[in-house]
Amino acid sequence: MSQERDNSQKRQKTMIADHFAKLSRAKEEGKKVVYTFVPGNLTELLSAFDVLPVLPEINALQSGMRGRSGRYIAEAEKAGHSEDVCTYVKCDLGMLKGGNVGPTGETLPPPDLLLLSYTGCFTFMKWFELLREEYNCPVVMLQVPYQAEGEITPEMRGYVVDQLRNEVIPALERLTGTTYDEDKLREKMKLSSRAEDDLVAVWESARHRPSPVDGYFGGVYYTGPMFSSFRGSQDAVDYYRELREEVEARISRGEGPTTPDGPMTQEKFRLVVEGPPNWTNFFDFWRMFSREGAVVVASTYTRVGGLYDRGFRHTPENPLESLADYCLGCYTNLNLPRRLDLLEHYVKTYSADGFLINSVKSCNSFSVGQLLLLRELEKRTGVPGGFIESDLVDPRYFGKANIENRVQSYLQMLDARMQRRAS
Amino acid sequence: MKCVVGIDLGSTTTKAVILDEAGRQVSRGITNSRSNYGVACAAALAEARTAARFSFLDRATSDPDARAALPGLLSGFRLGLYLGELGALRDTILSELDRNLARRAQRASLGPAVGSIIEEAERDAPALFAVGAPRKSEFFRDLAGAAFVASAETLARNGGPPFEPLVALYDRAILEVETRLRPRDERALLRSALARLDVGAETAARLSRAIDAALDEPLDEVAFAGTGYGRQTLPFPKAAVRSEILCHGRGAHRTFPGTRTVLDVGGQDTKGIQVDEHGVVTSFQMNDRCAAGCGRYLGYIADELGLGLHELGPLALQATRVVQVNSTCTVFAGAELRERLALGQRREDILAGLHRGIMLRAMSILARSGGVTNEFTFTGGVCRNPMAVKLLRELIAEGYGAEITVNIDPDSIFMGALGAAMYALDDLRADSPQLLPSFTQVADAQPPPTESAFMERPACHT
Repeated sequence: MSQERDNSQKRQKTMIADHFAKLSRAKEEGKKVVYTFVPGNLTELLSAFDVLPVLPEINALQSGMRGRSGRYIAEAEKAGHSEDVCTYVKCDLGMLKGGNVGPTGETLPPPDLLLLSYTGCFTFMKWFELLREEYNCPVVMLQVPYQAEGEITPEMRGYVVDQLRNEVIPALERLTGTTYDEDKLREKMKLSSRAEDDLVAVWESARHRPSPVDGYFGGVYYTGPMFSSFRGSQDAVDYYRELREEVEARISRGEGPTTPDGPMTQEKFRLVVEGPPNWTNFFDFWRMFSREGAVVVASTYTRVGGLYDRGFRHTPENPLESLADYCLGCYTNLNLPRRLDLLEHYVKTYSADGFLINSVKSCNSFSVGQLLLLRELEKRTGVPGGFIESDLVDPRYFGKANIENRVQSYLQMLDARMQRRAS
Repeated sequence: MKCVVGIDLGSTTTKAVILDEAGRQVSRGITNSRSNYGVACAAALAEARTAARFSFLDRATSDPDARAALPGLLSGFRLGLYLGELGALRDTILSELDRNLARRAQRASLGPAVGSIIEEAERDAPALFAVGAPRKSEFFRDLAGAAFVASAETLARNGGPPFEPLVALYDRAILEVETRLRPRDERALLRSALARLDVGAETAARLSRAIDAALDEPLDEVAFAGTGYGRQTLPFPKAAVRSEILCHGRGAHRTFPGTRTVLDVGGQDTKGIQVDEHGVVTSFQMNDRCAAGCGRYLGYIADELGLGLHELGPLALQATRVVQVNSTCTVFAGAELRERLALGQRREDILAGLHRGIMLRAMSILARSGGVTNEFTFTGGVCRNPMAVKLLRELIAEGYGAEITVNIDPDSIFMGALGAAMYALDDLRADSPQLLPSFTQVADAQPPPTESAFMERPACHT
C-alpha cells in the first residue's frame, strides 16, 4: 500500500494481528476454533458461541502476498496433489505440512470443528475432506442450494434454516457446551448491519469522478474485516465508520484513490472487474492499472462475501433466515444471468469505460462462463471487455510481461475508442 | 521530406516503416532481432532509411540505361554491406583468438582456417548477391552462418581443424558482430557498387548524379511510435509505445480496409483481434503464459530437421496424410518429432500434423476473441508459410463459411510497424509527436550479450 497508511488501514492491521494472536493462544485459553470459508460464512453465529474462526482462503491469499505460497504449493504437490488442484487448497495444505504457521508468523491452532457453510464450490468439500483426514475432527456441512432460477425461494431459505437449527447449531452447542442464545446472535447481527451500511457507502462513493476508492485492488482491503472474522463486532463497526469518513473526506477534497505509489492524481479509465485478483504479484498487478490512471469502480470479487450494495443486510429480526439468505446470496451462488445483470448494473451505475475479466486457473466457481459474460455484457452495454488470465496464489501462473501486455493493450484500446468517440 | 517512423520490435524480427506526412508509405526495413534491442531497432531503421534512399534513387533516375542498371547497383550495395560484415566477423574471431588464453593456443591452427573460410565466403559473395540470385535469407547471420558451417565441414573432412571449435568461434563472434553498431556509409557503398557496374561512362555519370540527389534529399523524421514484445524493455520512451495489438489491427485495416478480424501469428504470440470500420480494436485475445503453437515453435521444428524455416511449409504440403499431433509445446517439439520419426512416420506427414495443431490453436484464440467476421486478414511471420495458410483457409471456411474473404499480404510481417507509423502520424497531426529515440545511445548503454544469455531457450512458465 501507500507509504502513508490511512488510519483505517492501521486499525485493520491491528485487528488482524490481534485476531491471530488470539488464535495462537486459543488452546491455552480453552477457546474453540472453527475452520470455515468466506462465501456464506456464519461469523455472527460463531461469535455468538464465542468460538474463533480460521479462514483457510484468507491464509492462502496472505501467504501468496507474502511470497510463501510457491513453497507451500510445491510441498502439497510433493505430497501427491496434482498441478490442476485449486492452489488455495494446495497452499493451505502445504502450510499445514510446514507446521501451520499463519501469515503473521504465529502458529495456527488445529480446528475443533470444520464448518462448511457453502457447498456451491465442490472444491471446498474436497478441501475439508482432506483437512478432516489431517486433523481427525468433526465436519458439519451446510448444503446451500444453487440459485438456478436466479432467486431465493422460501423453500430454499427454509431448507438452509432447518440445517442451521438441526445441524449447525447443535454441532456448535456440542463443541462449546453452551446453549444457543438467539438474543446474543441478534446483537451481533445489529452490529453487522451497521458496518454493512458504511461499507455500501464506501462502494457507492465510486460514482464520483474521480472515484475516491479503487473497488478491486483497494477494495480487497475494504472487504477484509467484512469477509473475515470481524463481522458482528464493534471493531468492524468502528473500522467501517472510520473508512467511510476517510473516503468522504477524499471526495470533499476531490482526491482519487490510494494506490501503491500514493494517491492517484489523474483518473483516466473507469473499469469494472470480474474475477479474483492475483495475490502473488498483487502490487505489480495493481500498478499495471494505477500507473495508467485506471481505477476500478466496482468488482464482483469484493462482493463474494456479500451483496450488500444490492440491498442485503444481516437483520436481527429473523436472524437465521437472514443468515440463510446470506449463504444463498453470495456472488458465486448466482446463476450466470444474475451475474450478468449485476455486472451490467455496475458498468452503468458507475459509468465504466470498460470491464475486465481476470480469469483465474484455480477457481471454476468464478471462471466458468466468463467468456460468455464478456460477449453478452459487451452487447448489453456497448462497453468493451478485456480478458486476462492468471491464478490466485501459484506464482508460476503469473506471467508478468504477458499480463502487462494485455492490460496495456486493453487500456490503449479503450483510449483509442474514447478518442474516436470524442472526435 | 518530413516523415514518421514506426518500429515493431518482435521476438524474431524487428521491422521499421517510414510514412510521409500524407500517410503514404515511403519505405520499410527488417532485420533479425537480437538481444540488444537498441541495435535491433537501429538496424531495422537503417534498412528502412536505405530503402527510402533507394526509392529516391529510383525517382531520380529517368534515363532508360541508367534505370536498367539500378538492380545491379542495388545488388552491389548489398554485396558491399555483406563484405563489410564479413570483415567484421573475421576481425572479431581473430581478436577473440588473441584475447582468450584458452583459445590462444589454438591460434596457429584455427586462425588460418578462419581466414580461409571468410575468404571463401568473400569469393562466393558476388554470386550470392547477383541480380535475381535466390537467397535463403536476407539476414547476415543466416547467410554468413551457412557459408561458415559449409566451409568448416569441408575443412574438417579434409584434415583441417575439427568442426566444433571452428563453429563455436562463429557462434560466439556473431553475437558480438550483430550487436555492435557500425556506421553505414551509403554514399561510399553506392559509389563502390557503381564502380563495379559494367556500364558506359555516360550512364555511370547519370547514376552518380542520381545517387547524390537521392542521398542529399532531406529525410526529416519528425514523429515516432514503437511497438513490440516485452514492453518494459522496449528501447522507446513510454509515451511513444503503442500496443502490438492496436498496431497490428490498424496496419491490417489500412492494408485491407474491409478487415474486421485479424489473426496475427508471430514468434512468441498469437493474437485474435477484432477491429471496427476505422481499424480501432474492439476486442482481442492472445495466447497466455506459453508460446506453444507460435512461430518460434516452427523455428525449433526447423532446427530439429536441419531445415530453413521457409522450407517447412512447402515440405508439409507434400504430405499424403496428416498425423494427429496434439501437443504444440515448443519445449517438447523436438522430442515429439523424434518420437514420431522413430515410429516410422513420414517427415512430411508429421509436419502437416504439426501445422494443423498450430492452426487449431489459432482458431481457438480467434473464437475466444469473438470469432471471424468478414473480411479476415492473416498477418505475422507465419502467414509466409503456405501450409499454415492452406489449413487456415480450410478451417475458416469450415467454421465460419466459405464466403469469408481471407486477406494475406505477402509483406504482412510489416503490419505492426505500419500500424505504429500510423499512430506516429496521428500524434504528429495532433501536435504531440514523440521524437525518434537515439538507438545508438540505447545500444551503447546495453552491454553485449553473454553466450549463455543468448542461447537460453524460452521455457514455459507452466
